[in-house]
Amino acid sequence: MLFISRLSKFLQIAWFSYIALWSAGASANASTVYVGPNHAIRSIREGLQKIKAGDSLIIDGGHYKEGNLIIQQAIVFMGINQPVIDGNLEFEILTISGKNIVVSGITFMNSGKSATRDYASIKCIDSENIRIENNKILNSYFGIHVSNSSQIHIKTNWISGQAESEQTSGNGIHLWKCNHALIENNHINGHRDGIYFEFVTESSILNNYSTENVRYGLHFMFSHKDYYARNTFIKNGAGVAVMYSREVTMESNHFENNWGAASYGILLKDISDSWIFSNTFDQNTIGIYIEGSSRMVVEKNLFKENGWALKVQASCNDIQFQYNNFLANTFDVATNGTNVLSRFNQNYWDKYDGYDRTKDGFGDIPYHPVSMYSMIVEENPNALILLRSILIATLDKAEKAIPSLTPENLVDFQPKIFPNKL
Amino acid sequence: MWKLSKYIFYDIVRNKVIIAYTLFLFIVSLLLFNLEENSAKAILSLLNIQLVTIPLISMIFATIHYYNSYEFIEMLLSQPLSRSRVLWSEFLSTAASLILALIIGMGIPILLYSSNADSFALLLTGIGLTTVCTSIAFFASVHSRDKARGIGIVLLLWFYFALIYDGFVLMILFNFGDYPLEKITLLLTALNPIDLARVSIMLKMDVSALMGYTGALYKEFFGSFSGILYTGGIMIMWIIIPIYFAVRGFNRKDM
Repeated sequence: MLFISRLSKFLQIAWFSYIALWSAGASANASTVYVGPNHAIRSIREGLQKIKAGDSLIIDGGHYKEGNLIIQQAIVFMGINQPVIDGNLEFEILTISGKNIVVSGITFMNSGKSATRDYASIKCIDSENIRIENNKILNSYFGIHVSNSSQIHIKTNWISGQAESEQTSGNGIHLWKCNHALIENNHINGHRDGIYFEFVTESSILNNYSTENVRYGLHFMFSHKDYYARNTFIKNGAGVAVMYSREVTMESNHFENNWGAASYGILLKDISDSWIFSNTFDQNTIGIYIEGSSRMVVEKNLFKENGWALKVQASCNDIQFQYNNFLANTFDVATNGTNVLSRFNQNYWDKYDGYDRTKDGFGDIPYHPVSMYSMIVEENPNALILLRSILIATLDKAEKAIPSLTPENLVDFQPKIFPNKL
Repeated sequence: MWKLSKYIFYDIVRNKVIIAYTLFLFIVSLLLFNLEENSAKAILSLLNIQLVTIPLISMIFATIHYYNSYEFIEMLLSQPLSRSRVLWSEFLSTAASLILALIIGMGIPILLYSSNADSFALLLTGIGLTTVCTSIAFFASVHSRDKARGIGIVLLLWFYFALIYDGFVLMILFNFGDYPLEKITLLLTALNPIDLARVSIMLKMDVSALMGYTGALYKEFFGSFSGILYTGGIMIMWIIIPIYFAVRGFNRKDM
């Protein structure tokens, strides 16, 4: 329940700031300035000069190439009739630094690209209470780049890049040293990382769709107390990575078709005190890869048709895997050592072939999810060519009867006979 | 030759063993499709059956059939027929009847329960495997006069291809683990028709795992058009070479 209260508190803050902002905008001396081909002011730059804090700047259609635009006052910067702001492939399009600013309804395209500067379509620096919503960001280096800010609300944006390699591309939504950010309902594709978090705390990522990014769909570094839920990550170069973070909650996300030699549904490295539940892992090379992590609960997830549902390295401890369903995975669990400090309990394994004479819904014989062959493949990847060979099936059966190679204490004592209700 | 094949084919199709084999495949396939709620899992179990049963039955049946029709063959050879034609017709009709059994026994359940590309690939490799095993059986039986010895050799060959060979591969992979073995592994699979059949099915079923570290290479190779040509080509070689040497031995043989 902790995360729910955290979330509701967060939403409350976001809502109040929204009200505050709009009431400020509607105060008696506020005015609205129109910019557009059919208005007196034709240039956004000119419009921005005429405006003061609390005003609105409404861009009515048009295609603008005005270099780098800067907003430092509390204004509403809004587009109607699909205005396009074009960076001409050489400028950072919009730079924001201030409090209480709204950017909405605008198409940004062709930001500059640079190996030395982080050009972005929308960049926020040292800001507070910013809303960026309903924008389209096309062919940018970084889509939205936020640093050292708080209460950033990025909602319903369509961010589409044309990244070719990790070196020559930026992230879709990039947050560095932020807190209380809310990122929801965005669509991100074709960037380096779909969403990138570094030193971002107490933030939420909800209902986003991140696909076909060159590296990760979502990338967490040193970001604590965050919550991400109901996101979809499909066909990203390497899935999702969560590293060096603690108190992260991951709920009801969908990870699909993340294929490749180093591709994971979720890659967890040095994570602690986190909770992964009700997620779906469908046809990934590796569903979850866990390394150096501790004190985690992984429960009620569905692992379906993955190459490896779980790879739990021996450097992990105190990870509880419970009430998960494992269906039609090539390998259920793989590990790299015999030392196992994680616990498996009450999962459903479709490879389990024991019986339930006591009729309590749990198999009477413990299930060892690590097969001998998965240990062999771990040690000698070329042996993958023997997958589904009769020899391998025979060896696996022999190993099941007299375990010698597989870790003895990696065992589910209460394997479910029927799938868990998720 | 076709006329002769036709008569032999009619004769074999009425054989009790072939009928039993068809029924066995049919019942097992139906059972698997009904027991497993997930048809992909049933296909996987069928694959296991296919890799063990089909080679075994094909090889033993072809061998026994050859020795049982030895007198008939001798009778045919007293007629103005070329020796190679006689053996070719024997081979073709044996293979054809086994394939028919497979198509009826496994094909109909597949058509009923899971008519997708994976299942048809399974059926196709099954057909290939049947032909290869019949060809190998003919090679072994032509070259051994005694029936018991012929069956023994064929059993040994089956055991070798189905089980021992993979053990050798595993041993090589472990002993030479420090060297880059990807290409060698590809070559090694080609030297065993059962492995070749297994790998080509595996590429359809376990795509996610195969996109892992070395798997991607196999996938890239076998999945590409040239890979399919390679697999098909090697399979055809496995059919042609044993039967070619069987016919050559048969031509020179003192009956």
